[in-house]
Amino acid sequence: MSIAAPLPTVRPGQAAQEQPTKIDVRDLHFYYGVKRALESIDIKIQSNLVTAFIGPSGCGKSTFLRTLNRMNDIIPLTRVEGTVEIDGKNIYAPGVDVVQLRRHVGMVFQKSNPFPKSIYENVAYGLRINNLARSKAELADRVEESLRAAAIWEEVKDRLHESALSLSGGQQQRLCIARALAIRPEVLLMDEPASALDPIATQRIEELIYDLKKNYTIVIVTHNMQQAARVSDYTAFFWLGRLIEFGRTEKIFTAPAEKLTEDYVTGRCG
Amino acid sequence: MTGHPLSPDSPDTGARRRHLLDRGFELLALGVLLLALSALAALLYDILSSGLGRLNWQFMTDMASRRASTAGIYHALAGSIVVIALTGALALPIGVAAAIYLEEYGGRSRLARLIEINISNLAAVPSIIYGLLGLGLFVRALGMDRSVMAGASTLALLALPVVILSTREALRTVPGTIREGSYALGATKWQTVWYQVLPMAAPGILTGLILALSRAIGETAPLITIGALTYVPFAPDGIWSAFTVLPIQIFNWVSRPQAEFQDNAAAGIIVLLGLLLLMNAMAIFLRDRYQRRMRA
Repeated sequence: MSIAAPLPTVRPGQAAQEQPTKIDVRDLHFYYGVKRALESIDIKIQSNLVTAFIGPSGCGKSTFLRTLNRMNDIIPLTRVEGTVEIDGKNIYAPGVDVVQLRRHVGMVFQKSNPFPKSIYENVAYGLRINNLARSKAELADRVEESLRAAAIWEEVKDRLHESALSLSGGQQQRLCIARALAIRPEVLLMDEPASALDPIATQRIEELIYDLKKNYTIVIVTHNMQQAARVSDYTAFFWLGRLIEFGRTEKIFTAPAEKLTEDYVTGRCG
Repeated sequence: MTGHPLSPDSPDTGARRRHLLDRGFELLALGVLLLALSALAALLYDILSSGLGRLNWQFMTDMASRRASTAGIYHALAGSIVVIALTGALALPIGVAAAIYLEEYGGRSRLARLIEINISNLAAVPSIIYGLLGLGLFVRALGMDRSVMAGASTLALLALPVVILSTREALRTVPGTIREGSYALGATKWQTVWYQVLPMAAPGILTGLILALSRAIGETAPLITIGALTYVPFAPDGIWSAFTVLPIQIFNWVSRPQAEFQDNAAAGIIVLLGLLLLMNAMAIFLRDRYQRRMRA
């Protein structure tokens, strides 16, 4: 159950916000057909912190993120070995209800993907299909609560019944975050949530991530190393399907233990 | 020394000849197109000139008669509309269900691939074969007799392959990101298909359905095969009623020796063409709305 990276993850004294383990991944391998995309990943992700996955394109960080809510299940010919425990329960054990799992592990995608319906209906959808609101009033309350939590309520409160596609790119992405928050997941997976946005919209998303970690365990994949440094508490560096190094973000960026990590974060490779 | 390659005094590379050939081919293609269109125009002119005089409100509201001057098209128009509506009602749910299975559930299973091959083959089967199937299955084995139900069932079989293929096409245009977004919220496959995929694919599905139906509405052979070529001078009053449809009524009139009935046939053809145009316009309208929504 040890962490693969050959360095202590947290130094005493630095661990001011040490938290219980939320996701415990052990010896995880992942295959697209016969091609191995992830090799022997071990990582413990802590509750109510932001963990960033960094690494060059094709290193497997997005694939790994998608194993945490079994999103890869819908891609044909993929295969997983190893265990992913969330709150001590292996999500790859036989008989696990994937639909229930995704209720508790929400996801925000790289490209904002609002449904071509109204702003209100986008947020209400998850509540409706999971029977989470008992009345119209409760539904409306939770839609508002979610839009507020995603810091978009003020911008959309007067146009809830307009098409979600009329929003700007940054607003659409925050709507997608609101939609994910509406069903009150415990973990929020974010796959490069700001990569298609301009700097101002990106900044709003980053502030939002910072606020959200009070209530959620957040795992974020990013290409942008400054972003990882700004928003995350822990950083994992992936390279060719392997987890090279995992530790506190300031350690990864200032004093990495591995040469590869240092080369990558300083821009000498990747 | 040679000049600039594009200057007029550059060495002859056959450019002039090639441009002439290009122009020549363009004219040839245009000529062939005009020839084909003029044949169509002549046909249309012939029908309009002999049928328009006969076309009036009375013709639309009168039933069949032994006398050409008092014969109308109402019973056949009503028959066509009822039969085609029932055909759509039968073909839509079955076709959409089949397409959803193949596209969303079947995956690459052996069963799905077998069904797929058979559907492509069915789309190429001549319509009279469907008529024979309808005669054996619906009219005789299921005892539907020569009813609207038997006719619509036969035409639904004919329309099914087209409906299935166009529905699959429409389902495929729904982006994968929408499906992922739905699954990520804890939706089941059925919820994803029902609440997200189908509504987005609906205009495409309806367009395919209408095009399939506008082909079916002109079909004569399968209906003649199941025995609808009888004198039915009344509009159907239910799905078990005997019926006649526009193409059969036209066929009936054309085969009469009297010139007056030929005019009736021409007028009937105008009515059928009008109905077809209406349906195709609806399909274009739906497609247009769909494309605008995708761009929004």
